[in-house]
Amino acid sequence: MGIDLNVKIGKLKLKNPVMVASGTFGYAEEFKDFFDVKNLGAIVTKTITLNPRPGNPMPRTCETAAGMLNSIGLENPGLDVFIKENLPKLKDIGVPIVVSIASEKNPAEFIELASRLDKIDEVCALELNISCPNLKNKLISQDARATYSVVNAVRKMMDKTIITKLSPNVTDITEIAKVAQDAGSDAISLVNTFLGMAIDADTKKSKLANITGGLSGPAIKPIALRMVYEAASAVKIPVIGIGGIITALDAIEFIIAGAQAVQVGTANFINPRSAQDIIDGLTKYLKENKINRLEDLKGSLKI
Amino acid sequence: MRVKIFKNEQVAGHAYKMTLAAPVIAKFAQPGQFVMVKCADGIQPLLRRPLGVHNVKGSEVEILYEIIGEGTKLLSQKKSGQALDIIGPLGTGFKFPKGSDPCGKNILIAGGMGVAPLLFLAKKINKSQVLVLIGAKTKQEILCKKEFKKLGCNVKVVTDDGSAGHKGFVTDLLQDRGHLFKGVPAMLYACGPKPMLKAVSEFSKRRKIPAQISLEEHMACGIGACLGCIVNTKSGQKRVCKEGPVFDAREIIWE
Repeated sequence: MGIDLNVKIGKLKLKNPVMVASGTFGYAEEFKDFFDVKNLGAIVTKTITLNPRPGNPMPRTCETAAGMLNSIGLENPGLDVFIKENLPKLKDIGVPIVVSIASEKNPAEFIELASRLDKIDEVCALELNISCPNLKNKLISQDARATYSVVNAVRKMMDKTIITKLSPNVTDITEIAKVAQDAGSDAISLVNTFLGMAIDADTKKSKLANITGGLSGPAIKPIALRMVYEAASAVKIPVIGIGGIITALDAIEFIIAGAQAVQVGTANFINPRSAQDIIDGLTKYLKENKINRLEDLKGSLKI
Repeated sequence: MRVKIFKNEQVAGHAYKMTLAAPVIAKFAQPGQFVMVKCADGIQPLLRRPLGVHNVKGSEVEILYEIIGEGTKLLSQKKSGQALDIIGPLGTGFKFPKGSDPCGKNILIAGGMGVAPLLFLAKKINKSQVLVLIGAKTKQEILCKKEFKKLGCNVKVVTDDGSAGHKGFVTDLLQDRGHLFKGVPAMLYACGPKPMLKAVSEFSKRRKIPAQISLEEHMACGIGACLGCIVNTKSGQKRVCKEGPVFDAREIIWE
């Protein structure tokens, strides 16, 4: 008997729960040489802003213990170029495309981005990146009222699935998770990166030109897992688990903690086939444990 | 992919050469391309290290490296017979005369470990005269002189302390050899520290001699996904790992 890996997130139907995280998979082109990307549950694009952004100055990545810092700063070609050049190629893959969107200064840009992307059939869902730590202003997702206002404004003008991506740089993740739910988000994804830094003792300079950056990788997994567990216990909408998922067992831990789906991020940099390996490993685990439906694993944490 | 280590030996005080049984990479690698090497299994160190393809012999691939941190230290401790997890060949390499292409003069300029990708290039350039200028801190750190000579290249060395060849910078030799560039089309190929590449670029601009330079940058992914190795060029921001590491010197906007 086949294993049922199907998951539903809002209106989005995925053939398996393994998505690739925004900013770690480009627009999928770079990965086509390494595995058949149409096997993915969904692809979340590199974040798009209304206007092109050059990103932050170099150096903007740095390795840390079991992790890495990045301060890329949302480098992207802007909405027009994305629609004209990147989207047609993404569409041909035949996997649900989730477009990640953000705005640095003006939350109204979320509305404009959403209204234009809503009209495009190939865009299956939007992930609202209100949690990028590499911008100058305070994160929207660190402020409950700002979160409500952005999510709700997008909700009011769009029928497509909305995923709100949350920052772990908050005191109480359940508060923001509930606000996103109340504002009409169909799902939440967490965690974005943890704000961190690294210093070169010889030069006394930060290893990042932007001074601080976002920490990702295995180093953050236990904290991310705890936050996903807390959020999943607090809301009814699906939670997508992100944070240091390298192996299928990492993904399984997040699902047991309550995640409906997962996103693979930093692992794509180390092993471009990671997402495929995780899909295969997850299937194997379910078979070996005689679990026929992924749904039966979700939230199965024994207390 | 996992490949087998044939040999991993110290070739100078600071430098190591690793020979890998890697037929697929050997078949497709072009001079100037690189591989991403996982220096240890598991998550520490987490990221791969980018290393230039130094030479290809049949189905074997050589990489030349020095210990600069935790990853390369672990790499230096690997034994023959062990497996190594590598991805490649990656990136855009040098453009050079092949087969019956008109060849002109080809001048290879190496600074320190910058010799790594240039040996493979010297081997692949068609039968034209190749001049190689090797610069290093000291005599002990001059690498590959013999190997270049074996290929029939004309080799000149420069050291910072004068312990071998001319004392000074590798770019000094370029200035002295102005006569080389008269009449025949020439191409410069350079790999080494940034100040050297900048000096080569300035020479190239001043003398109107085209130059291709191979940039080195920290990389997280090496395949164009993370946008962590960006360089500013006249046609916008480029990824060192994908559109590079080799660039037309005229394109680079130096800081």
